[in-house]
Amino acid sequence: MRILVPALAVVVLALLPLAGVGVLGWTGLFGAAVPYAAAALFLGGVVAKVLTWARAPVPFRIPTTCGQQRSLPWIRPARLENPSSTWGVLGRMALEVLAFRSLFRNTRTRLVGGHLSYPSTKWLWAAGLAFHYAFLVVLLRHLRFFTEPVPAFVAALAHLDGFLLIGLPEVYASTLVLVGALAFLFLRRVASPPLRYLSLPADYFALFLLLGIGLSGAWLRHLAKIDVPAVKGAVMGLLHLSPRPPAGAGASFYVHLFLVCTLLAYFPFSKLMHMAGVFLSPTRNLAANSRAIRHVNPWNHPVPVHTYAEYEDEFRARMRDAKIPVEKEA
Amino acid sequence: MPGAPDAGPVLAAQPAPKAEPRLKPDQMEYYHPEELLQVDYDRLPEKDWMSEPPDIRPGNFIHPTKPKNLEALGFPYPRDWAPLDPDWKLPADWKEIVFKGMRDRLEKYRSFRVFMDVCVRCGACADKCHFYVGGGDPKNMPVLRAELLRSVYRNDFTAAGKVLGRLAGARPLTPEVIKEWFLYFYQCTECRRCSVFCPYGIDTAEITMMARELLHELGIGVNWIMQPVAACDRTGNHLGIQPHGLKDTLEFFADDIEEVTGVRVEVPINKKGAEVLFVTPSGDFLADPGIYTCMGYMALFHEIGLDYTFSTYASEGGNFGLFTSADTMKRLNAKIYAEAKRLGVKWILGGECGHMWRVIHQYMDTMNGPADFLEVPVSPVTGTRFEHARSTKMIHVIELLADLVHHGKLKLDPSRNDGRRVTFHDSCNPARGLGMLEEPREVLRAVCRNFFEMPRNTIREQTFCCGGGAGLGTEENMEVRLRGGLPRGNAVRHVQERHGVNRLAAMCAIDRATLATVCDFWAPGVKLTGITELVANALVMKGENERALDFRKEPMRAGAGEASHA
Repeated sequence: MRILVPALAVVVLALLPLAGVGVLGWTGLFGAAVPYAAAALFLGGVVAKVLTWARAPVPFRIPTTCGQQRSLPWIRPARLENPSSTWGVLGRMALEVLAFRSLFRNTRTRLVGGHLSYPSTKWLWAAGLAFHYAFLVVLLRHLRFFTEPVPAFVAALAHLDGFLLIGLPEVYASTLVLVGALAFLFLRRVASPPLRYLSLPADYFALFLLLGIGLSGAWLRHLAKIDVPAVKGAVMGLLHLSPRPPAGAGASFYVHLFLVCTLLAYFPFSKLMHMAGVFLSPTRNLAANSRAIRHVNPWNHPVPVHTYAEYEDEFRARMRDAKIPVEKEA
Repeated sequence: MPGAPDAGPVLAAQPAPKAEPRLKPDQMEYYHPEELLQVDYDRLPEKDWMSEPPDIRPGNFIHPTKPKNLEALGFPYPRDWAPLDPDWKLPADWKEIVFKGMRDRLEKYRSFRVFMDVCVRCGACADKCHFYVGGGDPKNMPVLRAELLRSVYRNDFTAAGKVLGRLAGARPLTPEVIKEWFLYFYQCTECRRCSVFCPYGIDTAEITMMARELLHELGIGVNWIMQPVAACDRTGNHLGIQPHGLKDTLEFFADDIEEVTGVRVEVPINKKGAEVLFVTPSGDFLADPGIYTCMGYMALFHEIGLDYTFSTYASEGGNFGLFTSADTMKRLNAKIYAEAKRLGVKWILGGECGHMWRVIHQYMDTMNGPADFLEVPVSPVTGTRFEHARSTKMIHVIELLADLVHHGKLKLDPSRNDGRRVTFHDSCNPARGLGMLEEPREVLRAVCRNFFEMPRNTIREQTFCCGGGAGLGTEENMEVRLRGGLPRGNAVRHVQERHGVNRLAAMCAIDRATLATVCDFWAPGVKLTGITELVANALVMKGENERALDFRKEPMRAGAGEASHA
């Protein structure tokens, strides 16, 4: 159920525009209204979420330290794993965001014959990194639909991405990596019993939706051989607030577009917000220097404290008998 | 029915241990290593975790707080209740209390908000928890532990949860959920190992702290934590040692030190105008083998001529408030600065403790500072200024020692420790809350010649918890502790077999107590020691006698040379 329901949901989402455009011809709805609504939800939702996070204070400085602290001058501090300066924090965050540092540490627990071992395992790291970078390349490549003239780097990127020189138009490596990585991440979730147990429908939904986007995109390029200038015209029209549906794009284009719109609309309300959240994680984005520089908690309210005077009042006689110095004699 | 075989599943998915006659689930002997080792991570309950009720049974939960301790602290809803009872006597508006508590904390902690929202359930954390490794209960996977709370958050605080319900991973708050929280947020030692591996740094300690605060709002807590908290509030330390009792204890230690070294050390207590206030966990005053570490401090401070004082009012370095609520932590911690001010000391020195140092390093200055009435700590022996503590004005005794050792200011005879084949357990908080990794190693290498590291993925920032931190170090949850102690015990066993290790050094009072049990169970023959105890063994004191005995009154060189071929 946890897998079937999200799978069906993505299939239904793909069928909606097929029916809506292919049968009913609602290009205005799927070619303009939905994209605008999705973009608004995405922008509004992401901004609202980030603001909610940012508005919440960081009362305590709680970095997870993953290396030697800066203490005595002859002991080498781990500047990135346990940063004590802003530069160190920037480095740590850059490693985390660009190279998935923490996932790189991953180990797999093995209990064999009463002996535990924790061999390194890099599959999740590799597949995660592959998916994210492939997705980035795909996004950048799509800039050719959004810009006029197309920036040189976008064309160069598309050229590089097509280095395999298979098919016409040539298959982009990023397409293969994207779909392959997503498939791996799905199989990994299903193949490992503990991971399957902890996975929610939402986890599969995100994977299926992204797969749907990737596959429908590949379909457009390689099988439908979509009219690129026409699509670009439509996209530019949307950007300039004068939507005009692409002539003869076919319903399959709307499938791709609708799935992308679903992703945009769904994004701010889902775990996909980890994209923004990773920057705001207090265990990673703070310097571990709280003994050197005082961290201020904006809501540091007073609490009841059992004072020394109250303490001495209770124990004064015994303290005096034991010749422990006291403040008051009586 | 003591020792009756338990029909229910143990930790949800694993086979139940066979009961020994006359033994009870709170005794180590009730369990057998071979049985606890029958963990199969791929054996999972049939039902979805949301439909799986919590399995609360003797051996896996901690007794609730006695009403008198809640009353003493002014906590709400003190009452008699038992985890095994179907009815926990929740207050009438308990749901509202929980929701309000969550709302408040979501507004006060960015960590809580972000950690509720961003988890992708990638599973990197899943097998990083010692309780999961040793027990196989899926709800001990850090991700699922957090989902216990997150599912309620989604249901009542997020649009997706309200619209999609269970499909979005949301579930309504029920009394069963409260029971589940009680069980599993007291099966987390806030060790933060999972946080090291999480791509977003989600820290289960933070989530456990929030969950425990919410439970406290319903009058639900555990006595093993709240009794020490109440005692600490009143007497200044968790154990409830009163001022005259503390003085007697320390005088005893001085007598013992004199007996084995021939040197009489001073016992400064509540001494105004001392340069340094020394604060250590109260376990060092009472618990074997912590007391030998305390003797070690006293011998060391005497030898270097440190002008210091103990305090009876601030006689606790540890802080069980950390395991209760931020306010309680602040309340107990406030005494340290208050006492430093009253006594007019220049700076503060702290003893060997784990969670104490998380509080000192990451919370104290923020909560109870600024300590502008103190001076930056300076070693009176070497003149080193401890700049890294220039705001908090408090350093760790191992930092002081590392500096002394580095400058060759201690006369040491490491051969006295030759019979002790030592490995070092990085305590969770010094490792993942400070990063105090090299200082203890520098000191250990200087004072003992047989030092062996445990395997790489079990030390430093990847160290495994003792299984008894964050207020779990009691006996009624013995099965949880032994299972949670497996990864550490297994690594100790490894160096025991390979290098003949017989001493596990730990700079943490809870470790010295709880790892003793873990070692007896998983690596029998290995004994616990503090670092300063080993230092004091090697320390050649001015005017000392021939050191035939150590502070344990065992032959100083027993076993030296025996295991060197191992």
